[in-house]
Amino acid sequence: MSTPQAGTPATPERSEVPADGLRRFARIWCRAVYPATATSLTRPEFEELLLGLADTLATALRARPFDPSSGRGVGEALVAAHCTDPDALPRVLGVLDAYLLLYCVDAAGLPADEARIRCTRLQHAMAAGFSRALQARTRHEQESLSRAAVTAQREIGAALHESEARFRAVFAEAGLGIGIADMEGNILDVNSALVRMFGGSEYQVRSRNVLELGHPEDAPEVWRMQGELMRGEREQYQAEKPYHRSDGTVLWTNLTVSLLRDAEGEPQYMLAMLEDVTERRLFQLRLRYQATHDALTDLPNRALFFERLEQALAPGSPVGRIGLCYLDLDGFKAVNDSLGHAVGDQLLIAVAERLQSRISGPGRLLARIGGDEFVALVTDPRSPAAVTEVAEQALAALSVPVEVAGRELLVRASIGVVEGAAGELSSSEVLRSADITMYRAKAQGGNRYALADPDRDARAISRHHLTHHLPAALKGSEFFIEYQPLITMSDGSLEGAEALVRWSHPRHGVLGPDRFIPLAEHTGLIVPLGRWVLQEAVRQACEWQVRGIGGPRPLRVNVNLSPRQLHHPELVEDTVAVLEEAGLPPSSLCLEVTESAMVSADDQELKPLRQLAELGVGIALDDFGTGYSNLANLRYLPASTLKLDRSFTQGLQQQPADPVDLKIVESIVSLAHTLQLSVTVEGVETQAQARQLRELGCDSAQGWYYARPGPPERLPEAV
Amino acid sequence: MERPAWAPQGIDLSVPSVSRMYDFYLGGSHNFEADRIAARAAIEAFPGLPKIMQTNRAFMRRAVRHARAAGVTQFLDIGSGIPTFGAVHEIAREGGGDARVVYVDNDPIAVAHGRAVLESQEGTGVVAADFRDPAAILGSEPVRRLIDFGRPVAVLLVALLHFVDDSDEPAAALARLREVLAPGSLLVISHASIDTGPRTAAQGSRISEVYRRGGATLVLRSRAEILPFFDGFDLLEPGLVAPPDWRPEEPVDEDDPVVYTGLVGVGRAA
Repeated sequence: MSTPQAGTPATPERSEVPADGLRRFARIWCRAVYPATATSLTRPEFEELLLGLADTLATALRARPFDPSSGRGVGEALVAAHCTDPDALPRVLGVLDAYLLLYCVDAAGLPADEARIRCTRLQHAMAAGFSRALQARTRHEQESLSRAAVTAQREIGAALHESEARFRAVFAEAGLGIGIADMEGNILDVNSALVRMFGGSEYQVRSRNVLELGHPEDAPEVWRMQGELMRGEREQYQAEKPYHRSDGTVLWTNLTVSLLRDAEGEPQYMLAMLEDVTERRLFQLRLRYQATHDALTDLPNRALFFERLEQALAPGSPVGRIGLCYLDLDGFKAVNDSLGHAVGDQLLIAVAERLQSRISGPGRLLARIGGDEFVALVTDPRSPAAVTEVAEQALAALSVPVEVAGRELLVRASIGVVEGAAGELSSSEVLRSADITMYRAKAQGGNRYALADPDRDARAISRHHLTHHLPAALKGSEFFIEYQPLITMSDGSLEGAEALVRWSHPRHGVLGPDRFIPLAEHTGLIVPLGRWVLQEAVRQACEWQVRGIGGPRPLRVNVNLSPRQLHHPELVEDTVAVLEEAGLPPSSLCLEVTESAMVSADDQELKPLRQLAELGVGIALDDFGTGYSNLANLRYLPASTLKLDRSFTQGLQQQPADPVDLKIVESIVSLAHTLQLSVTVEGVETQAQARQLRELGCDSAQGWYYARPGPPERLPEAV
Repeated sequence: MERPAWAPQGIDLSVPSVSRMYDFYLGGSHNFEADRIAARAAIEAFPGLPKIMQTNRAFMRRAVRHARAAGVTQFLDIGSGIPTFGAVHEIAREGGGDARVVYVDNDPIAVAHGRAVLESQEGTGVVAADFRDPAAILGSEPVRRLIDFGRPVAVLLVALLHFVDDSDEPAAALARLREVLAPGSLLVISHASIDTGPRTAAQGSRISEVYRRGGATLVLRSRAEILPFFDGFDLLEPGLVAPPDWRPEEPVDEDDPVVYTGLVGVGRAA
């Protein structure tokens, strides 16, 4: 069923054609027109639309008076239904022309001619309505599109402006310094952070060229990378780079430079971002300085010394030869102990200054690597002599007493000198060699330097190694004692034995006292070690006495006392305790003290020895003749025996004996006896020697001629 | 240095736009001379294009009606182009109801036009974003205001995916959208293809070339290449078919076989 179009104009008259006529017309119309439309309506929907339009037309045809204007509305409705293709119009009109009168007009109601005229006029009106609607629609769509384009342009413009403003804000407000330069390096724009960093005006910075911003401390790769970037071979680089500030100070930056290309990929600008790292860098340098320098003396420390040494010795290092002076102060411990650490520190500072002023220079590094240990590293010395020259300079620097805390202190040092080809040494070997050599210098009396001797080094066991292992060795019973018999010269009877301590080192075998006693002395371990030796020797002497070895006269045991033991406050107490515990009479013990130790001691320091002597303990002046004894003083020393150094007896080994040596020994014996001191000789190796010495009046003797040092159970054989 | 997302590209009216070319195919006048020249060249290379577009449009209409019948009242039309007659909200609101529709396009003029046309339409919104950036779509103000992802949404990719090259990873963008869709959501796809219809591979190459000259990509995909776009969805009957064959509302008696060009389908999120 069709219904009249609601908006159809004018007449009240209704279509009076049969509904199926309109329907059939609409179907024919739809079939012809639908393919030429761009409507989104489905075919039945479109047909339904056309049915309504057909009814409008049918009504108009019959209306009185005839008004063709409703044809316009039909044309407009078709355009509104998106029937806008120009091809659609002829199809629409063709169907109207051929079928409208046939299906939509009752032939009886309207004369044929009139009907044809009306149909034609309706077609004209419809075509006009279609055209007008299409024109209006086209204009409307074009205008709305143009307006949309303008709106979009404006929005994009605003967005671009906003984007630009945001970029500008980022650029202007950034804490990072930002600069843009063209590909020739001309600086085009800089932000205020960058201007602040350089400390000048914006104009000063902008008028520069990137290529003028070199600095002597630039890493070479910076300019290589900058060149690559400017040639478009590199997109970006990052480096730490210094610049000159306008006030002449240096600005250190973390620099990132990026290449900006245009849409075609051609390099257009260079963008530099700079982070001011001056403070951070200073802080790092300070930290580095603190980590590599000794806080007390401000000299390079152990870490820096090893770093430099290893650099010099590393494979591929430009250094050909190195020299090393290893310096250890003589008797520094005594200064510390007697005058206190504050004075000790003052002394070290003064020594560091002296050394620094005398031996520093190009190719030389002076470092403090331990308490009173200094090293001078010489790279590529002109000659081996140049290294010993450094050692001589160091000794010379210390030759004038140092004034510390109102006192004049005489500072002496022992120096181990090593010189060699860098490629053949490792840092630990160099140091070991220097250490051993230094110790040799010290053993020779100190205040001197010694040159490293590779052969001796090979045999030597480093002081550090032994020092390190001494405490464990003492705990682990690695020490033992050998005894060398002492013979009474008058009758050749056994008088006693000297206790000689040995170290049964698990790796280096049996070590004699000369190898470790100085170390134990240096570290203070001599005190417990000495006490152990004393206990053991006293216990052994007691055992011999109990077993009656050596006949009716009780055997005596001689025990060495080192300088440090001599100064130990509990010397008397300890010794008495050991004797009492073992039950040995004091007279069966003789303590041997070197001539140099006894002679250098003042009256106060001799007091313990005096007390022991008064208790009956024998005191022997060991190595007599090697020091510079004031013979006049001998009478005031608490000694009961002189032990004549083996150097005097060597001259008596030859036949005939050296007359000068004979005379000297004779004089000494005479002097000793005058002072009521007995005389013991060491190093007796031949029968002739023994006879000579007996004739010269020596009281007792020891030496290989009688017996070598051996285990306690071998002593009876020496009788 | 890449320009940030918030710095828009400019407008160049001498460059044809795919959405204004589409409008021309549909008989509209929302186009400029450059669009018309390109569109005419495309029609010459691939005869029957306007008819194909009309059929495509009719498919969308049926698909939206199906969605409504299935109770879906939220629509996300990505690549919506110039909103002309028969736009999604018009169809979705046939017979009443307050369906919510968000149109998404990357053409700034289409977006501006859409905003002007839809200004007074409650429950609609227009987003300037690109399908290849799903996060920008999902995070946009209109989507957040109008779409409730707790309920089903119909996502329309009508005549869109053939403008997205494989190198732009359309499957990844789809997967990202799929993640947020509630069960019962629908995916509506129509895609240019010569697997169906009378057009030849040579014609396909020619039309792709026309678009390429205009600065756009047109990828004609095979059925096997289109099917994976429905990953994560159950393809509804009758599956991936030529546009007229998808649930026709009337007997199909089209005399021009060109309307069978292209493949369409609707998938349902489980």
